[in-house]
Amino acid sequence: MKSSIVIAVAASCAVGSAQAQPNDPLEPFNRAIFSFNDALDRAVLAPVARGYQAVVPELARQGVSNFFGNFGDGWSAINQLLQGKGEAAATMTMRVATNTLFGIGGLFDVASDLGMERQSEDFGQTLGWWGMPAGPYVVWPLFGPSTVRDSLGRPLDMAWSPSAAVNDSTVGVSLSVLSLVDTRANLLSATRVLDDIALDKYSFVRDAYVARRRNLVYDGNPPELPEDREPATPPAAAPK
Amino acid sequence: MSLQRVLSGVVIAFASAAAVAQTAPDALIRQVSTEVIETIKADKSLQSGDVGKIVTLVDTKVMPHVNFQRMTASAVGRNWRTATPEQQKRLQEEFKTLLVRTYAGALTQVKDQTVQLRPMRAAAEDTEVVVRTEVKGKGDPIQLDYRLEKADGGWKIYDVNVLGVWLVEQYRNQFAQDINAGGIDGLIAKLAERNKGAKS
Repeated sequence: MKSSIVIAVAASCAVGSAQAQPNDPLEPFNRAIFSFNDALDRAVLAPVARGYQAVVPELARQGVSNFFGNFGDGWSAINQLLQGKGEAAATMTMRVATNTLFGIGGLFDVASDLGMERQSEDFGQTLGWWGMPAGPYVVWPLFGPSTVRDSLGRPLDMAWSPSAAVNDSTVGVSLSVLSLVDTRANLLSATRVLDDIALDKYSFVRDAYVARRRNLVYDGNPPELPEDREPATPPAAAPK
Repeated sequence: MSLQRVLSGVVIAFASAAAVAQTAPDALIRQVSTEVIETIKADKSLQSGDVGKIVTLVDTKVMPHVNFQRMTASAVGRNWRTATPEQQKRLQEEFKTLLVRTYAGALTQVKDQTVQLRPMRAAAEDTEVVVRTEVKGKGDPIQLDYRLEKADGGWKIYDVNVLGVWLVEQYRNQFAQDINAGGIDGLIAKLAERNKGAKS
């Protein structure tokens, strides 16, 4: 009895100010788009990705991921430069050079084995680094979760892609589709988990997306939000 | 087995015993992570996602180091104090089942990963610390952080961060939606239904 009182008091301190209100004024609209995307994913994209995973050998799929990854690494290097992270930009530039030259155009990730680890940055993160707030949450048809800030960054991210680099539109479209299927296939195990752990998939994805992006802007070390505050006297002080 | 290997084994055993004795939070995380990964690597049925066996693994290796009551209380939020002891018990059970199933899914991905501790900033007198780790394997390293509190029985984990998302915070909104709709019992029913659905 005593312990439950201690816990209750501590817990109420912990959450007195909690219930972080998500910045989601477009929720009804967003939910509709989210359902649309989810249905499309179930009907088309996820089955295609599963087929891709079943048919294409792992080595080849890894090569595809590495190729697109290598392209993306170049964009990361530029974004690191834009954020004034000289050392990271240099490492990523070396990484791209190494993988392009010794990894046969980026099909093999030899740089990781040499200790040059991928540190991804996109333009949405750069805008955040510059101090632009994330703004309201937005769900785009096909593209999925985003914020106003990330939506502004996205066109530039997309301009830097293998499909945008080729002149032939058929090749461009093929590359875009391959990139999409590759991305989806890499996410299959994560989305399988998602169906199990989310009580409401929409808000689960939204909250995780916003927290994850904030974490990325601060390079894995974000300052605590006021609602993160935990009680001064933890409930653990109570006997078990 | 050569004498040299026996000796190095003894040295390692002493070193890990010392790490446990001093119960530094980062040493604890290193120890638990290594134990879990080694256990999985040695057991094919764990890799294939045998939920029953994973529950045993979690109960024996992980749960002794977790203050799950605090974890659940923070996720439930202000409604925790109005819940009866019975409701609190049920909430903890259902929440744990939900998380263990998730964990089971994640553990099937364990292959050649290692856990590396990132530098920790904490003073000796701190009673709450964050231990940051990185899981390294194929692909990008995975950020995995822990919040720990100093309790009588040693350091206890009360929150986990995967890729920048704190678990307790993530569930606060999830739980609040169901509590607002159907109270504590509504949330318990929702969790139970979800757990039952996934088993079949």
